[in-house]
Amino acid sequence: MAELNTGDQIAELKVTPDKYLPHRYAGASGDFNPIHIDPEFAKAVGLPNTILHGLYMMGLTARAATEAAGGDPRTLKRLSVQFRGMGAPETEIVVAGTVKSAENGVATIDVVAAQGDNQTIRNAEAEVQV
Amino acid sequence: MTIKTDAVGKEWPTTTYEVGKEKIGEYARVVGLENPVHFDREAARGAGYRDVVAPPMFCVVYSAPALGPAMFDPEVGMNFAAMVHGGQEFEWGEPACSGDEITTTAKCLEIFEKDGKGFYVFETVSVNQDGGQVVRGTWTNIVRGV
Repeated sequence: MAELNTGDQIAELKVTPDKYLPHRYAGASGDFNPIHIDPEFAKAVGLPNTILHGLYMMGLTARAATEAAGGDPRTLKRLSVQFRGMGAPETEIVVAGTVKSAENGVATIDVVAAQGDNQTIRNAEAEVQV
Repeated sequence: MTIKTDAVGKEWPTTTYEVGKEKIGEYARVVGLENPVHFDREAARGAGYRDVVAPPMFCVVYSAPALGPAMFDPEVGMNFAAMVHGGQEFEWGEPACSGDEITTTAKCLEIFEKDGKGFYVFETVSVNQDGGQVVRGTWTNIVRGV
């Protein structure tokens, strides 16, 4: 079991999804919305290019919170996020978090996922058992 | 314009998904998880799981199919062209392991208008073959210019 105390920063998770990551995530998740995999379609609906699946970035957020709690998947009890900026492939994602409270064996972690200044996931809160 | 709220409280038919070891591994690799409990039966059993265990966020794989008919229901009437996935919450209970049969029910929790945007909030509840709750999801879709 990991020790997490109020005010602790969790280890940053840095991932650069390659060009084809959205295709693999689509296959793994079943979400084949063409805005994630078809650049022509994405541009036709006004996006700069294909964008990452929000739930993929939420998956990275879950991974960072779980790893902070020691890595056992059953430690993650709750995760809520707001999707804001759009995520792009081939750009580094940094997931960072701060422990907001830790009591009765449960730590609540505030988490943000960002690409540079673009916060793609904000106001995220994870509850993990420690 | 007043937003249509007739679908609040509506439930849609359940869907059932059988969790498989290779599908868990495929999902885990995509998000970069390396814990052997997601790939190796012996490692999972050694850690106290019935079988290879799904990462928590694998819940999107087995719970989203129940949500499809809700999202496309004309009674809900979401304008997809102006819709974004605004927020998401999951609360996990029993772990989901290879071989589990998970049944999910979707329900419309809330529809409301705020700052000229429509908020459509759905809930999915997923239970395993023993009746244990595996996850509860709250899905918030935001539609601009309602």
